[in-house]
Amino acid sequence: MGRYLLKRLPQGMVVIFGVTVFVFIVTRVVGDPVKFMLPLSATAEQRAAQRHVMGLDRPILAQFWSFLGDVIHLDFGTSTYVRGKAALSVVFDYLPRTLQLVAAGMVLAVVLSIPLGLLASRKPGGALDRALTSLSLVGLSMPQFFLGSVLVIAFTVKLQWFQTGVGPLHRHLVLPAVCLALPAVGRLAMLVRSSMIDELNSQYVKVLKAKGMPARRILAVHALRNAGIPYVTLLGWEIIRALAGFTVVVESVFAWPGIGFMAKQAIAQQDFYLIQAIVFVVAVMVVVLNILIDVSYKLLDPRVTLR
Amino acid sequence: MTDADAPLLQVKHLFVKFFTRRGTVHAVRDVSFDIARGETLGLVGESGSGKSVTAQALMGLIDLPGRITGGDVRWHGQSLLEGDGSLLRRVRGQEIAMVFQDPMTSLNPLFTVGTQIGEVLRRHRKMTRAAARTRVIELLDLVGLSNPGQRVDQYPHELSGGMRQRVLIAMALACEPQLLIADEPTTALDVTIQAQILELIADLQQRLGLAVLMITHDLGVVAGLCDRVAVMYSGKIVELATADDLFHRPAHPYSAGLLRSTPRLDVVIPRLVSIEGSPPDLVSPPVGCAFAERCHLATEECRESMPGLHFQDDGRKVACWRPFEAEGPAPVTAGEGGR
Repeated sequence: MGRYLLKRLPQGMVVIFGVTVFVFIVTRVVGDPVKFMLPLSATAEQRAAQRHVMGLDRPILAQFWSFLGDVIHLDFGTSTYVRGKAALSVVFDYLPRTLQLVAAGMVLAVVLSIPLGLLASRKPGGALDRALTSLSLVGLSMPQFFLGSVLVIAFTVKLQWFQTGVGPLHRHLVLPAVCLALPAVGRLAMLVRSSMIDELNSQYVKVLKAKGMPARRILAVHALRNAGIPYVTLLGWEIIRALAGFTVVVESVFAWPGIGFMAKQAIAQQDFYLIQAIVFVVAVMVVVLNILIDVSYKLLDPRVTLR
Repeated sequence: MTDADAPLLQVKHLFVKFFTRRGTVHAVRDVSFDIARGETLGLVGESGSGKSVTAQALMGLIDLPGRITGGDVRWHGQSLLEGDGSLLRRVRGQEIAMVFQDPMTSLNPLFTVGTQIGEVLRRHRKMTRAAARTRVIELLDLVGLSNPGQRVDQYPHELSGGMRQRVLIAMALACEPQLLIADEPTTALDVTIQAQILELIADLQQRLGLAVLMITHDLGVVAGLCDRVAVMYSGKIVELATADDLFHRPAHPYSAGLLRSTPRLDVVIPRLVSIEGSPPDLVSPPVGCAFAERCHLATEECRESMPGLHFQDDGRKVACWRPFEAEGPAPVTAGEGGR
């Protein structure tokens, strides 16, 4: 385990460094924060002066070296969108909301996908299985911006059961969490179904029956734990994709003020500093999650050795 | 309720069908045999002859799309198939135990050997975790595993195929069953390990007095181990005889063919003779004898009507219209092969 971490941590640093450099290049090539910082009436001279103050008129390599020097001290500059605040502290202000949303969405996905998958696997090809499989397909192929809009129109505008924005969680968190969870439920339930069918048809299950083990124990202890291995893989992937992508869409649709929502704003406002800070924090989370997924394999499957 | 005079196990007119997309496969067709206490019965036949399906049917292990469609299996005179299945649940793993063909996939990879043997004891013997562990170590020692105290905490992937098969035998013997069903227990193993496992089964049988149903396609295994042998072909038993009779004087042409195609050390055979052709498709089994198409002695009668399994004068049972007579030609010896 120690040796594994010793190997994985430097690898993770390389990934984080690569992502940071990539975002630096893309933002410098594409954008200009000054455009949105000054009023429309500002003259070209005023804009040039502002650029000079921010050091944006220096050669790109010079900018890059000073950027790297700052990043090593975890200084991502001052946000231009949230005026005057350090970009990284803006991220930490909004991060808890995103973590709340992803946690709620993923708990929901787990709680729904396991029973649904188990139900479908009981009689493969049966009416219930076909219904659940079709439903899963609909869920997983629904684009989130569309699903989100439908949910908002139905439950916020028409029925007025829930609200967008921030507020009491039971009114505000439910819809975005559902929107984040549904496609994941579809994918996870299909996986539970197919791996349970495989496990229950496997030779060791036949041996367990011959041993006189009760069906409940075969299902809940033996088959479910084996099916858990691919499930954890996919769930980890779902969490990563939610954190590093889906939240941008979902938070924007529901005006949920997390880092996904802020990422969209930062891009629209060409706030280099905030974009870089968000991407850096997300990259760190993705690297840590990947290590956690590997460790969870080790816990689930004695055949796995972490090297 | 238990009938003290009844044989240990009676299989009566068993039918198993598989309802597949291609049609109904008649996998086991009217199979009957008994096993007495302490007896070893061999069930021999080629792949697809229905011997494994028969074994699984005895244990209630036929999964969809398969189903037992007729007949009965009686344990001490009581039906395992009728009723709510509570007798089967009680007997399975406790009084009748089974060892399977493939030790590599027969264990759950995520649990230790000790847990997997122990759960049988905890279920049927209501043992505590600690008591089960002590007993598991004894069992691992009984089946000849070295360092049982260490093996008990190992996972299946840490053991070789032969060691895993020993673990599975220990698992089967955990509750001291009266009948062990061994479904090709050595097929997946190296030849040297095969011999060890067979010796182990023979030895345990002597010591524990258990009956064995040995399912195999290997006549060598049968010769060394079995009291009586049932030869299966196309889902039916075609000959049921003592091992001695079968080896020296096979009565059914298929049994004779099977023997001719088996290499032997004690009899010089100029060359091995294979049985021409292939077994019939069991989606539409022939009306007459299933072996007629491959049999050199077949007549119109053989093709038109199915021979029943009848007693011969010497006490064996044969399903053939034209069986070799007890004193007839011994088809095993050299020179007979080309007939």
